[in-house]
Amino acid sequence: MRPFSYERATDVPGALRAVAGRPGAKFLAGGTNLIDLMKVRVETPAHLVDVNHLPLADIEETEAGGLRIGALVRNHVLAGDRRVRRPYPVLSEALLAGASGQLRNRATTAGNLLQRTRCFYFYNPGTPCNKREPGSGCAALQGLNRIHAILGDSAACIATHPSDMAVAMSALGAAVETVSPDGQARAIPLGELHTLPGDHPEVETVLRPGELITAVTLPPPPAGGQAYRKVRDRASYAFALVSVAVAGGQVALGGVAHKPWRATRLEAAIASGASPGEAADAELAPAHGHGGNDYKLPLARRAILRTLAQAQEAARA
Amino acid sequence: MEVRDRVQQADAPVIAQIALEVNGVVRALTVDTRTTLLDALREHIGLTGAKKGCDHGQCGACTVLVDGMRVVSCLTFAVMHEHDTITTIEGLGRPDALHPLQAAFVAHDGFQCGYCTPGQICSAAGMLAEHARGWPSHATADVAAEDIPLSDPEIRERMSGNLCRCAAYPNILAAIKDAGGLT
Repeated sequence: MRPFSYERATDVPGALRAVAGRPGAKFLAGGTNLIDLMKVRVETPAHLVDVNHLPLADIEETEAGGLRIGALVRNHVLAGDRRVRRPYPVLSEALLAGASGQLRNRATTAGNLLQRTRCFYFYNPGTPCNKREPGSGCAALQGLNRIHAILGDSAACIATHPSDMAVAMSALGAAVETVSPDGQARAIPLGELHTLPGDHPEVETVLRPGELITAVTLPPPPAGGQAYRKVRDRASYAFALVSVAVAGGQVALGGVAHKPWRATRLEAAIASGASPGEAADAELAPAHGHGGNDYKLPLARRAILRTLAQAQEAARA
Repeated sequence: MEVRDRVQQADAPVIAQIALEVNGVVRALTVDTRTTLLDALREHIGLTGAKKGCDHGQCGACTVLVDGMRVVSCLTFAVMHEHDTITTIEGLGRPDALHPLQAAFVAHDGFQCGYCTPGQICSAAGMLAEHARGWPSHATADVAAEDIPLSDPEIRERMSGNLCRCAAYPNILAAIKDAGGLT
């Protein structure tokens, strides 16, 4: 691991100043992904600003009837909160489908959104990877690609975003609140936070250098049932091969793209009276495999149909 | 040579003085900032109960309690834990006064080689506390339910972050049920 200097920030302006003032500085929250990547020298920050003690760990109900989740609320705490479990069960279910109890106790809301892909080649500095080393090529295109993307990928990168939580938040229409080093605050719809790889897979979000996520806001829960279904290689403690979040008429997919994939074609088809099968086909029309992940096309279709039915059952219960 | 000197300077270790409260004792440590909590416990303090298995947060052998919450100590830096309360397997019970989970693991033979056991026991202690807070799990049919019985599938799911290569899982489950008052 590359040596780094360390400081603990106690307020948001101090944290912003600390990162803006040092080249190679990074925010450090739960650390469950960043520290792992530092161990394999994929991440090499020169300076870490520990934000764990910033006052951003509260969950509040908003005047609009939604929820404001502080950036530092731990995944496990969020999943267990009654203000989430009853009105937003899809979010609790997604969080609880991710990682292990120990990791959920450390991983934070903002850190979960900003975690990096688990592409084997991204983690292995001995292989080409355009995300880790722009211009070096993509080893996954011709390599082991059974965990890779079927939607929105590019010739430069076929990595997926690994989060479960973000898929549920996408279906719920969440937004991300941030502050920039100049003090400017903005709200970014979650669907616009992450980018597709295009020619620049090393860029993963629209966040500017030194911009800090302070909260995630949820609008009031949409009418209708909610459900999260995750298909993975084993029954627990594994990343999604395909996952589906349904919140009323809003649907998002995980494990299929470089970002949580809001299924807008599917939503539009259902709203105009299409059957679930027709709607799934509309969403997956542009999907394509790379050999090892061809199985994700039929798997995604079936997972969509099953989760839509599951959400309807939940609405009736 | 000049270039190499610069590289060496940029890669020079950064040393920090910290105080860690472990098992009720505050200890002053001088550590490289890269030192994980796990390495601080094992190599600096000499508490070798927490084990290094994968060192990547995947096996759970290094599980300890930080402010009562179970965490993997390999994916967190020691410098992040000043003013936290850390409990390791050595602080959970003593040889002459075992923690109920330690006694139950002995009674139910909840191990073979024993390497994962400290992590299993610390994880189980944290898991039972999480259940006492009413938290659901992936095995819970209705996450909004008020009362979630700690069934066998619930325990298995909640303990999935702790691997046992000897596959002592049936006896680990029996030990946790016993210590948790579930049998």
